[in-house]
Amino acid sequence: MRSLRYILPLLAFLVLAGFLARGLNLDPREVPSPLIGKPAPSFALTRLDDPALTFKRDDMLGKVWMLNVWASWCVACREEHPLLVEFSKRGLVPLYGLNYKDKRPEGQGWLARFGNPYQASLFDDDGRVGIDFGVYGVPETFLIDKQGVIRLKHIGPLTPEVIRERIEPMLKKLNA
Amino acid sequence: MIPELGHFALWLALGVATALSVLPMLGAARGRADWMAIARPAAALQFALVAFAFGCLIAAFVGNDFSVFYVAANSNTSLPTHYRVAAVWGGHEGSMLLWLLMLTGWAFAVARFSQHLPAPVLARILSVMGVLSVGFLLFLLLTSNPFDRLPNPPVDGRDLNPLLQDPGMVFHPPMLYMGYVGLSVAFSFAVAALIGGNLDTTWARWTRPWTTVAWIFLTVGIALGSGWAYYELGWGGWWFWDPVENASFMPWLVATALIHSLAVTEKRGSFKSWTVLLAILAFSLSLLGTFLVRSGVLSSVHAFATDPRRGLFILGFLVFVIGASLALYAWRAPKVGLGARFEWVSRETFLLANNVLLMAACGAVLLGTLYPLLLDALGMGKISVGPPYFDTVFVPLLTPLIFLMGIGPLARWKQAELPQLWRRLRWAFGAALIAALLVNWLRGHLGVVSTLGLLMAFWIVAALATDLGDRLRPSGIVTTSVLQRARQIPRAMIGMMVAHLGIAVFIFGVTMVRSGEVERDVKMDVGDTTEVLGYTFTFRGVQPLMGPNYRAAQGTIDVTRGADKITTMHPEKRQFPVTGATMTEAAINTGFTRDLYVSLGEPLAGGTWIVRVYVKPFISWIWGGCLMMAFGGFLAATDRRYRSKVRQTQGTDAKVAA
Amino acid sequence: MHKFLFALIAVCCLARPAFANDAAPLAADPALEARMTRIASELRCLVCQNQTIADSNADLAVDLRRQVREMLRKGDDDAKIIQYMTDRYGDFVLYRPPVKATTLLLWFGPAAMLLLGFGALAVVLRRRARAAANQFEPDDPALFADPHQS
Repeated sequence: MRSLRYILPLLAFLVLAGFLARGLNLDPREVPSPLIGKPAPSFALTRLDDPALTFKRDDMLGKVWMLNVWASWCVACREEHPLLVEFSKRGLVPLYGLNYKDKRPEGQGWLARFGNPYQASLFDDDGRVGIDFGVYGVPETFLIDKQGVIRLKHIGPLTPEVIRERIEPMLKKLNA
Repeated sequence: MIPELGHFALWLALGVATALSVLPMLGAARGRADWMAIARPAAALQFALVAFAFGCLIAAFVGNDFSVFYVAANSNTSLPTHYRVAAVWGGHEGSMLLWLLMLTGWAFAVARFSQHLPAPVLARILSVMGVLSVGFLLFLLLTSNPFDRLPNPPVDGRDLNPLLQDPGMVFHPPMLYMGYVGLSVAFSFAVAALIGGNLDTTWARWTRPWTTVAWIFLTVGIALGSGWAYYELGWGGWWFWDPVENASFMPWLVATALIHSLAVTEKRGSFKSWTVLLAILAFSLSLLGTFLVRSGVLSSVHAFATDPRRGLFILGFLVFVIGASLALYAWRAPKVGLGARFEWVSRETFLLANNVLLMAACGAVLLGTLYPLLLDALGMGKISVGPPYFDTVFVPLLTPLIFLMGIGPLARWKQAELPQLWRRLRWAFGAALIAALLVNWLRGHLGVVSTLGLLMAFWIVAALATDLGDRLRPSGIVTTSVLQRARQIPRAMIGMMVAHLGIAVFIFGVTMVRSGEVERDVKMDVGDTTEVLGYTFTFRGVQPLMGPNYRAAQGTIDVTRGADKITTMHPEKRQFPVTGATMTEAAINTGFTRDLYVSLGEPLAGGTWIVRVYVKPFISWIWGGCLMMAFGGFLAATDRRYRSKVRQTQGTDAKVAA
Repeated sequence: MHKFLFALIAVCCLARPAFANDAAPLAADPALEARMTRIASELRCLVCQNQTIADSNADLAVDLRRQVREMLRKGDDDAKIIQYMTDRYGDFVLYRPPVKATTLLLWFGPAAMLLLGFGALAVVLRRRARAAANQFEPDDPALFADPHQS
């Protein structure tokens, strides 16, 4: 019986090793969003293409829609952009952009150069709306349902796998 | 050609290490003297081969051989030569080679300086170290080869991270690795003793100096890292409880516990199995640290470029080495004897209480460091554990430890009396309390936490003074003079006193800085002044400057105190064209009682700059304390009984009372 | 390329003294700034590796510092500001982990370890006290020869 306590260090270590092994498959820097399942923060922003027009969160109530955070200075956004252009052509979901901490001429110029997949882009020049959405790295993509609740957040550039395996199934669910 | 030679040398070393792992161990089991005799030369050969490989890598760096992938990733033609050498350990592959160099170096040292160890014991020890070498060699050769060639060599390399282009960075990794790897010696001694069944006071006496030396290196390495962060990172912090810092601190805590536990085991033969466990744990934490830093499991400023394959390999190695040694422990430790008897109140108990506190502290750091991973792995969300947690949890564990530190050395072995201890120490405690309150009152800072900090520092000093006083002027019949008695104090005892004094100095520094430092962020035009704690800082403008591989904006700030000119300080903002990185080089004027710390912020319109000025009282005492600790360790490790050429066996030394 | 000329801190709203030699503090309200720094030191910068929002120079950190300042000026207390951050970024942004069911082990673990350790020590010492004398090794006489032995 007394010899049992000598085995404790080994057992404790094996438990620890198990966690470390599991940890190898996790990304310590990936931050899950606390906003999933919560209503999208309300906002009212001018449009990138026309400062006279305003776009509000509530304008989209009753529709499922996708919000993609981008900027002309963002290198990774260029990676996902062709994919977005193609995706928007499929018409699965209205796609809106959030032009984050950018300048109007640069933002418009970027879209002119690389294509504009968005129904409209919203101009968030000081990043406050981004903060409300918990944005910390560009690009980020959100799916918002008919009730205005955020249902999905993807951090980083979109890839065909992400679109196929996460976005499309979610869209089916939300549109049902 | 040279990289290929280096690579080949590593393969040869693998062969030698394999032989070293197997033959002497089998030889010890079977009593084959010829197999055991392989141990020493194999250890030497292994070291020579790895050292040669290391030399080849240095040559590749100094010679700007960018066809080697690792050189291209970490060096550049504009990098000054001495930093090209330091760049050898600036990235993952090279730092693993440095680790291996240290490991084989320590094995060689054990082979060289252990003439008095019986052949089977030495054979087992070196075999265990051989197993470790095999593991690291395989890791290097299979996943992290520093000699890999690029098919299309670039014209120039990517340059060493500017943060690493600094003297502190040159010495910090080697010192730290000497410490980390040095703990493998204690580990090997422990495992060899478990295998051979010869766990006794002799084993403890052999292990102790090796452990102390490794502890010294670890202390210096951590202090260098902290000092480097202070003057390099530009915002005056010196400890961030970053996972990689914690990864070095945990082995240090356990090594400190080990040194104290070895004292009990050596003197009294007690708690052998606990000491063995500590020896295994100390090196296990070193290995764990290696894993944490290189596997991508935790996010940290220090983390190397990560690769899950490497992480998996290290984890596998970890599980093998630690798992096997803990299994061996579970099997063999129950059979170990109880050692000599001691009472509830005795020096042994105080030392063991010290162990409990140090292990709880280590456990707290481990818990905090790994908790985010724990929760994430269980799918229970993602949290961060940062300095607020560690500060809250660590200090309360430290306080009783410091308190015991004062009492322990005055308690007698086997049996001590609390009333007697109280009588001897109550004056010390009173004096410390008064001194703490006085210092705080004089500087106008009557905070509870800072008073407690000062009390701890002064308590150590007062208790040490009491101990020293008792030795130099003992009560009762005395036949020797004070000077004679002073000379009779064993060097190891002086070492202990110096090391403990170092801790007092450290705590004093931390307390004074934390409670007394003043920071000022100001916008300065040429001629503007700002006054902090009696020092007047006058901004004289910013000039451009060309460095060897950077462009800088150098500021000039005159410092006066009343009418006296103190110094002129030159903070810089450096830009490295190759990487495009910008570095803030703070200007620091180090003094015995304070540091003046100035760094440039951003330039505003019209020649105005944002300048950050700090006055940090007594901050150099933090590293001064660490150096004292290391020096104390040095004194303890060079005590006469370890240096004597004539070795006695089985603890019948005449000078054992030390 | 001109990074150190590029990032102008947008504090132009602060009035500068007309001609005084005494350098103006960077922040309009040093007391507020101190409070902001204290709160920001507890928040993690999500963009950088292991830096606080107080220390980091990343855009997001600058923005969030501004946000904290504004909230402090509005009169919000620490708890409200922390809530604001965790609503958007989750518990990950806090360097002081919240005390919840999932972090009980974290916060009380060290104390528990200490108690367990001392408990184990007590148990072992008691076991030794009860053991017969012949289970122990004899004392080394040299150790006790000098009353002031070390």
